[in-house]
Amino acid sequence: MQKTIPEITLAARSLKRRFGKHQVIQDVSLELRRGEVLGLLGHNGACKTTTLQMLTGCLLPDSGDIEICGIDLLRRPALAKSHLGYLPETPPLYRELSVNHFLTFAARVRGMKTADVPAALALTRQRCGLEAVGKKTMATLSKGYQQRVGIAQAIIHQPAVIVLDEPTVGLDPAQIRDIRSLIRELGNHSSVILSTHLLGEVESVCDRVEIMHHGKLIYGDTSAHMQEYGHVSGFIISLRNPPEISVLAGIAGVVNVEQITPNRFRVLHAPDNNPSDALLQLCAQQGWQLDQLTPLQATLEEVFVRITDAEPAATGEAK
Amino acid sequence: MIRLLAMRELRSLFAVPSTWFVFAVLQFILAWFFLARLEAFLEVQPQLAQLANPPGVTSIIAAPMFSTVALLLMMLVPVFTMRLIAEERRNQTMALLLSAPLLNRHIVLGKFLGLMVFLAVLLAGVPLMLYSLMLGTRIDQGLMLSNLLGLLLLAASYVALGLYISALTTQPLIAAISTLAVLLGLWLIDIGALADNSPWHLLSPLHHFENFNNGLLDSGDAAFFVLFTAAFLALAIKRLHNNRIYG
Repeated sequence: MQKTIPEITLAARSLKRRFGKHQVIQDVSLELRRGEVLGLLGHNGACKTTTLQMLTGCLLPDSGDIEICGIDLLRRPALAKSHLGYLPETPPLYRELSVNHFLTFAARVRGMKTADVPAALALTRQRCGLEAVGKKTMATLSKGYQQRVGIAQAIIHQPAVIVLDEPTVGLDPAQIRDIRSLIRELGNHSSVILSTHLLGEVESVCDRVEIMHHGKLIYGDTSAHMQEYGHVSGFIISLRNPPEISVLAGIAGVVNVEQITPNRFRVLHAPDNNPSDALLQLCAQQGWQLDQLTPLQATLEEVFVRITDAEPAATGEAK
Repeated sequence: MIRLLAMRELRSLFAVPSTWFVFAVLQFILAWFFLARLEAFLEVQPQLAQLANPPGVTSIIAAPMFSTVALLLMMLVPVFTMRLIAEERRNQTMALLLSAPLLNRHIVLGKFLGLMVFLAVLLAGVPLMLYSLMLGTRIDQGLMLSNLLGLLLLAASYVALGLYISALTTQPLIAAISTLAVLLGLWLIDIGALADNSPWHLLSPLHHFENFNNGLLDSGDAAFFVLFTAAFLALAIKRLHNNRIYG
């Protein structure tokens, strides 16, 4: 896009926020670059929404500062917010308006010039799959379409930073797939930050992940790295004519064998010594009749649980 | 920006059937009242002709009609102001406005102006009916204009109050009832104070409207309305700001 927009689009430094006596956000710092999709992962009540509200200027932090495209959000809110698109948890829809009227209003209220609106409206409707429902009143739309309109209002003015709060909640699998590919596409031109408690979502769309727990960021890395965190060397093997378990355990390099069903075994091995070649040869020689051999992949669930469990019990309850 | 928000407000108002229903019923009531006053005037006209300095058609038909509209406003305004901010909160649309490059005063003034334009359209029938009298007689332009100005100022003060109360809550119904209660309270203070020079009269917008209703332009009354309106708009802006602080 424009060359004038700096590389770091969103920077938040040591945000703090309390509600009454509860310190809900403790020293949160975030950085987001253009073309990056950041997943903010956390259990329900981990204060993801509160963090996003502060990043979008809906809620003022007690201390800390936020810059959007190099503009201080707290000192020059109007200028900074024009680079921002926000989809809250509940899509902010004026239910009595038609989709076209509403999106036009959203574009204008974000500071777009009247002349640019029709082109942006057409493009956004096409990207979000809203071509067919332009004239419909939003109260009559299904939940999936309402969510799409919610995303459309956040991206229609082509902001540098797009903030999505649980964008796929309540959608059916096909809609989730559509919206995830849309988010990926948005991530090519803008920075996207999305909050979610679905680990699969992070796996499929995010470049980077920050894990939030009780108002603190406890882990941040690329999502590929995060999968390596706690990586397990091993595989699951299915044999139609299995030998004794001790035979499998005796193969060089095998650390541990566990029988899952009579025909399936989980085989763990040392990271630098993979016995699968030897095992395959034995299968052929002894007639064990190999069905399947699947490498074990640590799921994000396991990683997530490991990281959050490592964090000592929280100091403040979530809001 | 203010105009954009006002337009959105109007579009939303006219998109719901209940607005049209109120619109229709109100026109019916106003027309009924107008015709009743007109008939009364025609009945007493022969006697009036015998007076040396008889009251004109404007003060017999227009003035009572305006004072009735002023009373009606007390019930009408809360119905429309209740939605202004409380409903945005309840439907979670406030986040759109708060995250948009708008200042709090844009939001408040946009809503205020939107509703003022709506009320002007809603009550446009009143001057139209009264000016139709010009087909058969002459009307007192000065009295008409002072009434119209008074009604405008009165409506502005009611809307500002309703807007502020709507900014205090998430429940439109609570906003409506509270606004109605405050407006009724101000009216009761006025009619309850028996002494003519009682300071309680000064609190009531309706009392300040009386001079306008009689064709008397008093800068003190006008200043009261302007201050009343400005104070509640400022409070509403402050309230939106506090909203970002306290969540």
